[in-house]
Amino acid sequence: MKYLDVAQFAATSLHGSRSRTLLMILAMSIGVASVVVLTALGEGARRYVVNQFSSLGSNLIIVFPGRTETAGIGPGMLLGQIPRELSLDDAQALLRSPAIARIAPLTIGTSQISKDALNREVVVLGSTSDMLKVRHMIMGLGQFLPAGDVHSSESVCVLGAKIRRELFGNASGIGAWVRLGDRRFRVIGIMSSQGESMGFNTDEIVIIPVAAAHMLFNTSGLFRILIEAKSRESIEPAKRDAERILTERHNGERDVTVVTQDAVLATFDRILRALTLAVGGIAAISLAVAGVLIMNVMLIAVSQRVKEIGLLKALGAPATQIRKLFFAEAVLLSGIGSLVGLILGEIGVLVIARLYPALPVAAPWWAVLAAIATSLGTGILFSVWPARRAARLDPVTALAGR
Amino acid sequence: MIALSKVSRSFQVGDQQVTALRDIDLSIAAGDYVSIMGPSGSGKSTLLNLIGLLDKPSSGIYRLDGGNVTDLDDQQQAKVRSEKIGFVFQSFHLVPRLSAAMNIELPLILAGIPPAERKTRVTALLENYGLTDRADHRPDQLSGGQRQRVAIARATSMHPAVLLADEPTGNLDQATGKEVINLLELLVEQKVALIVVTHDPAVGGRAKRQLHMVDGKITRETGQAK
Repeated sequence: MKYLDVAQFAATSLHGSRSRTLLMILAMSIGVASVVVLTALGEGARRYVVNQFSSLGSNLIIVFPGRTETAGIGPGMLLGQIPRELSLDDAQALLRSPAIARIAPLTIGTSQISKDALNREVVVLGSTSDMLKVRHMIMGLGQFLPAGDVHSSESVCVLGAKIRRELFGNASGIGAWVRLGDRRFRVIGIMSSQGESMGFNTDEIVIIPVAAAHMLFNTSGLFRILIEAKSRESIEPAKRDAERILTERHNGERDVTVVTQDAVLATFDRILRALTLAVGGIAAISLAVAGVLIMNVMLIAVSQRVKEIGLLKALGAPATQIRKLFFAEAVLLSGIGSLVGLILGEIGVLVIARLYPALPVAAPWWAVLAAIATSLGTGILFSVWPARRAARLDPVTALAGR
Repeated sequence: MIALSKVSRSFQVGDQQVTALRDIDLSIAAGDYVSIMGPSGSGKSTLLNLIGLLDKPSSGIYRLDGGNVTDLDDQQQAKVRSEKIGFVFQSFHLVPRLSAAMNIELPLILAGIPPAERKTRVTALLENYGLTDRADHRPDQLSGGQRQRVAIARATSMHPAVLLADEPTGNLDQATGKEVINLLELLVEQKVALIVVTHDPAVGGRAKRQLHMVDGKITRETGQAK
C-alpha cells in the first residue's frame, strides 16, 4: 500500500465521522494556539524591556552611590553610616581611564517651573553637555547645555517638548526666561519628543547644568554617573577602572556600585525568558490533554470499526498495515489541528499587536516548533495503543462484529 | 489446488475444549464448484475460515497451490489472502463511507497497485457487474442485490484462484439470490475454485460437489468431482 493511499484512506475515515474530527481538531488547535499566543506575549514583554534598555544609550555603565550587594552586610551599614556621596570631582576623575569615552553626572530633583502666570511641577535633571550623547537624546530646537567647566552654574536650561508646549504654546520659547524655584534660567534649547523610555518621560523634564542643580537643590552629591565606554570590548575595563578610581578617591573604601547596562539587560532577559518558558509549558499541558482526547476517540473508533478492520484483514491487509492506517489518522488529526492552531495563534498575536502597539509581540520560532512537535508527538504517542489494538484483532471474530 | 490433510481445529471456550473440525481430508481443484452444507455448529464456517487463511488449524497440513500455508506468519498470510483468495459475505461487509467504486478498489489499494491500473480494473468490473451508473453511490444507497454485486466485484478484483462465499444469499430475496448465484457460477467457468457455505439446499444443490458436515466431520459427499 502506497503512502498516498494510506493518507487518502485515513482522510476518508476522518471525513466519515465529521463531528468527531472537528472536535479533535478544535482541541488540538486550542492547545497549539495557546502556546503560540502565550509565548508571543512573554517574548513581547522581553523584547519590550530589552528595547527600553537599549534606548538608554550604548556601551553604558551606571555608577550610583552606596554599595548594594545581595550577600553580606558592609561595616557601614552596621554603624548606621550613610554612604559617602559621589561628587562632581569623582565624576571628572573617571575621565582618566583610557576605556571611558565620556561621562555624564546626574542630579535629580523636582521643582516648580513658572513663566508669567503659568507654573507647574517638573522633574529637573542636572547634568553636563555630554549627557546628550551618552543618553542618545535628540535636540528639537536650539542647543544643549554648553560644554566647559562643569562647576560653572550658568543659568540656562533645556526644556522637554511637552513643558515647552505648556509654557509657550506655539512660540518657540528659545531665549525666554523661566523661573525654577528661586532662580531664573534662560531657555537655550528644546528636546525633541522621544516619548517614554524606562518609565522616564523626556518630554516632561527640564535639564540644567549640574552645578546649577546643586545650588537649586542645595546639595553636592550626584544621583548617578553615566559612563559611556569607548567600545563594546572596553565595557569591562571601563567598569574596573571606574571602580578602582572611585575606591582610590574614597580612601580605599568601595562604597559605590557600578553596573553595566549589559548586566542589567542580561538579568531581565533571563528572567523574562524563564517566564516565557513557564507560560509556554503551562499551555503545553493543554496539548497533552488533547493527546489523551485523541487516544480516547481513537479507541472508540477502533471498537466502532471492528468489522471494517476484519474486512481489511480478509482483503489482504497485514497487521502492520492496519496499524499504519490508524497511525495515519492520528497524524492527520494532530497535523491539521496544529496547522489550524498556528493560524488561530497568529491571528491572536495580530489582535494583541493591534491592541497594544507598544508591545512587540511575536511568537518565537522555537515556541512554534515546540508547539507543532508537541502536538504531533502527543497525537502519535497516544495513537500507538489504539493502533496496536486494531492491528491485533482476530479477523474471524472481527468480521462477526464481536 | 487446495489440499487439506488431517486438519483439526479446536477452541478453548471457558475451561472446555470444543472441537470444531476433526481430521478433515479434502482436496479441491481449480474450477471446482463446491458447496458445504450442514446444521449450525457443524464447523462449515470454521472450515471456510481455515481455507481463507483467516484461521489456523490446530493440527494437520494445509497446502495451497502446492505450497504449505499451514504456519505462515501474519504478513505472509495477508499476502496469500490478497493474491489468491476472494471473500463474499452474507452481510456484504462493504465500508459504509466509501462509494461502490472505492469499495471495489479497496483490495487493489491494499495490494499497492498503481492508481492508473486500479482505475481501468475498477471501470471494467463496474461494467461487468452492471454497476457503472451506481459507481459513486454509497452502500446505503444501494439495494441488497447491488451491494452483493459490489462485494463480488471486490472479491474478484485481484483475480483470486479461490472464491469463498459464506451464505452469499442469506440476506437476499429469492430472485436476487438466484441472480447472485448465477454471477458466482460464471466465475467457475473462468477456472476459479468456488466454495459456497449455505443452509439453503436450493443453493447448495446447484454445486457439482456437495459436502455435508456434521459435528466437525464431512459425513457425505454427493454430486461428482469434475
